[in-house]
Amino acid sequence: MTKADIVEKIYEKVGFSKKESAELVELVFDIIKDTLESGDKIKIAGFGNFVVKEKADRRGRNPQTGDEIIIAARRILTFKPSQVLKASINDK
Amino acid sequence: MTKSELVEKIVESNSVLTRKESELVVNLVFDAMSAALKKGEKVEIRGFGSFTIRERGPREARNPKSGEVVRIPAKRTPFFKTGKDLRERVNTLD
Repeated sequence: MTKADIVEKIYEKVGFSKKESAELVELVFDIIKDTLESGDKIKIAGFGNFVVKEKADRRGRNPQTGDEIIIAARRILTFKPSQVLKASINDK
Repeated sequence: MTKSELVEKIVESNSVLTRKESELVVNLVFDAMSAALKKGEKVEIRGFGSFTIRERGPREARNPKSGEVVRIPAKRTPFFKTGKDLRERVNTLD
């Protein structure tokens, strides 16, 4: 499934034009991305939480050469699926 | 930001949309993704990331209270991989 399939669903069920539906889907993800970029989390009940985590510097190794390297501090995005989503995926 | 705050923000950014319509759109977006994952399908959102299903094999664990061995059956779990663009945007330390 891609964004186009989501657009199609909205077009079918809400009655906006294809163009409007596409713009709305784009808007939803743009707001989510801007929010995450600012460091804030996104909590979608029934789906899951997107959380930006701070990772400290750590030592690592280049697996090819064995050289020790410093992996710099960084911010990463994590997704924690909700219990509802996990249960629905396992329910056959 | 919660789902209802997201709904509100969409209404503010798009003058023609009612709150009810905005809520419907947000629900449809996440319902569509959940339904695809439930079917075992991959969900790929360009510029955001992709969701896949990972199979976790059965394993044996222990009940920490009684020390009894418990069999945990195989499970499927959703996995999110952040898209390259977003990964870079999130990692701007300031």
